Amino acid sequence: MATTASKLPKVAKGKKQEDVGQIPQWKLMVRRFSQSKLSVGALFVLGVMYVIMIFSDFLAPYPHDVLDSNNAFAPPTQIVWGPEGPGIYGLKQELDMERFQWIYTPDPSVIYPIRFFVQGHEYYFLGLFPSRLHLFGVEAPPEANARVFLWGADKEGRDLFSRVLKGSQISLTLGFFGVFLFVVIGSIVGTASGYFGGALDNLIQRLIELIRSFPDLPLYMALAAALPLNVPITVRYFLITVIIALVGWTGLAREVRGKVLAFRSADYTAAAIAAGASHWHIITRHLMPNAMSHIVVVGMLSIPGAIGLETALSFLGLGILPPAVSWGILLRDAQSVQAVVTYPWLLIPVILLIITVMSFNLLGDGVRDAVDPYA
Amino acid sequence: MDTAKKNGRSDEILLEVRGLKKHFPIHSGFLRRVTGYVKAVDGIDFYIKKGETLGLVGESGCGKSTTGRTILRLLDPTAGEIIFDDPNIGKVDLAKLSRAQLKRVRPNMQIIFQDPFSSLNPRLTVGQIVGEPLEIQKAASGQALRDRVAELLQEVGIRPENMTRYPHAFSGGQRQRIGIARALALNPKLIVCDEPVSALDVSIQAQVLNLLEDLQEKYNLTYLFIAHDLSVVEHISDRVAVMYVGYIVEMASTEDLYYHPKHPYTEALLAAIPKPDPRKRTRPIKLPGDVPNPANPPSGCYFHPRCRYAEDICKVERPPLRDIGGEHWVACHFAERLQLQGVTRLNEIPLIELPKRQAPVPAASPAS
Repeated sequence: MATTASKLPKVAKGKKQEDVGQIPQWKLMVRRFSQSKLSVGALFVLGVMYVIMIFSDFLAPYPHDVLDSNNAFAPPTQIVWGPEGPGIYGLKQELDMERFQWIYTPDPSVIYPIRFFVQGHEYYFLGLFPSRLHLFGVEAPPEANARVFLWGADKEGRDLFSRVLKGSQISLTLGFFGVFLFVVIGSIVGTASGYFGGALDNLIQRLIELIRSFPDLPLYMALAAALPLNVPITVRYFLITVIIALVGWTGLAREVRGKVLAFRSADYTAAAIAAGASHWHIITRHLMPNAMSHIVVVGMLSIPGAIGLETALSFLGLGILPPAVSWGILLRDAQSVQAVVTYPWLLIPVILLIITVMSFNLLGDGVRDAVDPYA
Repeated sequence: MDTAKKNGRSDEILLEVRGLKKHFPIHSGFLRRVTGYVKAVDGIDFYIKKGETLGLVGESGCGKSTTGRTILRLLDPTAGEIIFDDPNIGKVDLAKLSRAQLKRVRPNMQIIFQDPFSSLNPRLTVGQIVGEPLEIQKAASGQALRDRVAELLQEVGIRPENMTRYPHAFSGGQRQRIGIARALALNPKLIVCDEPVSALDVSIQAQVLNLLEDLQEKYNLTYLFIAHDLSVVEHISDRVAVMYVGYIVEMASTEDLYYHPKHPYTEALLAAIPKPDPRKRTRPIKLPGDVPNPANPPSGCYFHPRCRYAEDICKVERPPLRDIGGEHWVACHFAERLQLQGVTRLNEIPLIELPKRQAPVPAASPAS
């Protein structure tokens, strides 16, 4: 608190304060938000993560779903400097008969060079444009066991780095869209409930109570278990988004209802009615803009929860199903203590998940503080 | 003051309210069954003539604001008629109009609010706020709208450059002026002023009252001026109506009501005005008890449990509001009989011979 107080006069000195009566509230919010360094940092981190997600197929050297028994649980590959720049050694796979573990020993006789902007497996950039271009890849003959595993391999010999990138496409977006959907539903239902009141309000409130009276986890599990198994991944993705939204909208709808009740009885609304305003005018001009800041904050603070929920459902085998991959599915591989102790790189998705959720929390905090710029 | 004000006043009636009631249901229990009603406005009659100001006074919770809002159909009346003489349509009963029909009448009756903070949407610029009624009624758009808003702002003493600013950049008095500009936007005939100055400092109150008077003269406006400050009401009103628990107990010209009150409640109210005479430290007439609960009012005359002059008939029969001559309406059984004390005229207060002061004390307080 002391640091913010000491910084305030600095801001006041400049030209900033002179036009404070002139600028719209959202600009004041941006101004206030940019003063919170932690939140700006979180926004930057998330921005980087989402950019990486968009280019994930380009950045991933291998397909996420091709099995390779020669490299099961292969550790992160050591990068060496060869005559042609960076390269890797081939691996020799042996079975430790005492512990029944694969032991990998690098074979330093040949260095296979790492090439940049190489042609590899085909993918669709943004799901639209077919491409074979990848940022990097190892140039090696097919018979040599030389693959680059930046973050190691899982028990099927799949490159964890590629899988984490591919998983981000689901984990970083599903929660986002789920929240978007429930924010839309919650705002519309809440506004209708608060503005029109009466029997409609009563009906909506009882419905919300009904939904909320179910315990969360069993409800999610029941809904997720009811999803058809043999549908394309895109359909399943959409259905899980709907599950997240179905349960999440109730809280927001109640809060929006409360806000709308307050704004509806404000004198500026009465003035609009006295001038003959329509319901639509009052809702769009007076109620929604005033409730919007609250909606944005609730939405922002719900994203980490929704991301966690998707991860949890996938972890339990109720969300995204293999061969599709999300961070929750990657976490399933890190379930056992043995795996964690022997193959610690399997925990990398956890670290990313923590970074993402924390960043969203910090961002949400910043937004929450910013929406009341006069405070 | 009174003669000057009466110049613009005609005998044509702009608004007549007959038997207006507004009851709010009390819900209770699981099924939210209606278990009673708060009778906020319980059958009131009054009229306002074109170009005059009718002051509506009473204690908090007596139904003044509800009356104002019901007249504008911001609340739907439970019963009664609100007959408004619309310049385009003629006399209409507002209580019976549908939403669509009301939209045509609404430009002629507007409202000014008490709270200068809740009455302006913080998300809109001053230009948008003042222009909103024009936009809703599609009275102007584009440059014409901006010109009209600038004109209105100038009219209430706000520089038109401030159109692009947001309400939080203005003081309470300025915000109230913006609210007045918004009420003027559609050239109304009637403006309901719902305690327009009670949230302001005394110095600002005077400015806003003068502005309201100037505007009334310029545009021949008719005001229903709701207030609880009796000196403000005396200053601005041509006639005054006194409300008590959802009922009008006395209505007369300001002069009559203040100097010759005919209802015991009016007398008690007037006695509570601070007197500008330091020698008269008389206690105001004590009103025993509290304002009755409008959900469960007493029998007969609502005022009888607190009235010094109450007799048996007061407990049984509710006195009607009747004209006792000279447009002096009173709801009291003994209006003709009672000799009640009004306010003392300023010039009747004898001046005090002040003792000659010595030369000013040298080291007076620097604060003054």
